[in-house]
Amino acid sequence: MGEFNKPFDAIVVGAGPSGNAAAYVMAKEGLNVLQIERGEYAGSKNVQGAILYADALEQIIPEFRDEAPLERHVIEQRMWTMDDKSHTGMHYRSDDFNEEKPNRYTILRAQFDKWFSSKVKEAGALVLYETTVTELVRDLSGKVIGVRTDRQGSPIMANVVVLAEGVNGLVGQRSGLRDEVAPESVALAVKEMHFLPRETIEARFNLSGNEGVVIEAMGTITKGMTGTGFLYTNEESISVGIGCIVSDFAETNVTPNELLEAFKNHPSIKPLLADSECKEYAAHLIPEGGYKAIPQLTGAGWIVVGDAGQFVNAVHREGSNLAMTTGRVAAETVVSLTRKREEMTAANLAEYEKRLAQSFVMKDLKKYKGIPELLHKNKGNFFGTYPRLLSQAMQTWFRVDGIDKVSKEKAIFRNFRETRSLWGMMGDAFRVVRAWR
Amino acid sequence: MSDVMTAPRAKVEEKLFQNRYLVDAGRPHIKVKAHTTPSASLLAMTTLCPAGCYTQTESGQVEVAADGCLECGTCRIVTRKTGEIEWNYPRGGFGVLYKFG
Ligand SMILES: Cc1cc2nc3c(=O)[nH]c(=O)nc-3n(C[C@H](O)[C@H](O)[C@H](O)COP(=O)(O)OP(=O)(O)OC[C@H]3O[C@@H](n4cnc5c(N)ncnc54)[C@H](O)[C@@H]3O)c2cc1C
Ligand code: SF4
Repeated sequence: MGEFNKPFDAIVVGAGPSGNAAAYVMAKEGLNVLQIERGEYAGSKNVQGAILYADALEQIIPEFRDEAPLERHVIEQRMWTMDDKSHTGMHYRSDDFNEEKPNRYTILRAQFDKWFSSKVKEAGALVLYETTVTELVRDLSGKVIGVRTDRQGSPIMANVVVLAEGVNGLVGQRSGLRDEVAPESVALAVKEMHFLPRETIEARFNLSGNEGVVIEAMGTITKGMTGTGFLYTNEESISVGIGCIVSDFAETNVTPNELLEAFKNHPSIKPLLADSECKEYAAHLIPEGGYKAIPQLTGAGWIVVGDAGQFVNAVHREGSNLAMTTGRVAAETVVSLTRKREEMTAANLAEYEKRLAQSFVMKDLKKYKGIPELLHKNKGNFFGTYPRLLSQAMQTWFRVDGIDKVSKEKAIFRNFRETRSLWGMMGDAFRVVRAWR
Repeated sequence: MSDVMTAPRAKVEEKLFQNRYLVDAGRPHIKVKAHTTPSASLLAMTTLCPAGCYTQTESGQVEVAADGCLECGTCRIVTRKTGEIEWNYPRGGFGVLYKFG
């Protein structure tokens, strides 16, 4: 393959949001970039809820709203705590979200990634699809100098390899750059796409035009496992899914499909999906280990971005924006080193980590570093006991049955204390506050 | 009991019919290594795999049929310590093809 004789300035492994952001920024700045994606097209292997946070993309492609395939802009967020028959909701809806440049959109990843990939090509990068990177190539000193693929016989060389290969990250793991992901640090999510006429969606969710609603749910729907459910409105479809930590699934022997079926048939969810036609069933992992699970991010000739680096803020369900931001920052680091004609050594690439430390990415992940462990250790309470107690309290309070309010208050308090001791509750509250700070 | 166990499995297969796949005939990307008794982790995959790819034979071994695989990687992570399976991505272009994702 003659065109690959000269080393590229950079090779990007993967065409998800992190790889596309990295390839786009480097190509736009004039670097000679090769991007390799194993899917038939960008997005064909990728799954997300999916909420797109505009800010991260706007910093890369300011005019994206005119071109990107966006579904609905989110004007209402519903947070539900569910037990088997009820949900207690906190809803926030504001006309402020009907702004000229909305802040959050629902998207369909297969279509969005395809669009982003077309922008990467426009910016001048060479993109190879249907090609899987099988290993990294190193020189005698151990520096990464290229990749091997399942298509090209000889290795393809580059000054730096950007690993944007997602949560499974086989290339980096098999090259010993990082450990295998632990089952405790990763969630398995299953998701379905349900189609409905847009008028039905608008009537059902009280929407007009391209307004959208998103629902995040937790409680007994995950059967005591650490996890959450979600339901997002798209233009003519609804994304519905549920995910739990893999080690929890392994202990409980609940099948992911059964869990999703139960969620879809919950009395609060079922009417929202009525008469819809399901057109796709997908599954994907989500890195949820947070700050403490972040592996080494740079070394001689390589740099890690996105899910491969565990960059997901599970508390706020942010991943794609961290992916795009880490991809952009990595690209900016590589661009500045290339311009200065500096080598892609471990010491020079460490600049990426310094830049990340200054950004919201590391600040947010650091803030919540205690949350994964807290939820893991107390899952029975957070995903069983408390949701049930909350539902019982609500029902006691709202049911009008001749019992006076003081007695009702006492009954609610007694129920909490008997189910979970006062010390237990205070301890949980303390732990939540500490992990949140 | 057996009804409860088989009903959702059948349903998963129905769901997989809605998906698009390009199967790399004769080159499965996941293989279970020969064994007499599966570890608890490998056995757990018979319920854990979101596509129902893993089954236990009558003689107790665990088998995989990866045609409907969603490429999530769960089985790889769960058996990472026991090393009972060999897991690779399908060759470039093959495997599941999400239309919506
Ligand atoms: C169910 C679900 C819901 C989510 N909801 C949200 C949400 O609402 N908002 C949000 O911001 N985030 C959400 N996330 C997280 C978000 O999807 C991820 O953080 C994001 O996709 C990470 O982007 P990435 O580019 O790092 O990885 P990916 O999107 O996984 O991309 C990796 C790419 O690399 C390719 N690849 C991998 N290995 C190779 C190889 N060896 N050779 C060639 N190509 C390779 C893959 O095919 C893929 O295209 C959700 C995730 C899931 C699973
Ligand atoms: S990768 Fe996921 S879908 Fe495929 S066999 Fe393993 S667990 Fe099942």
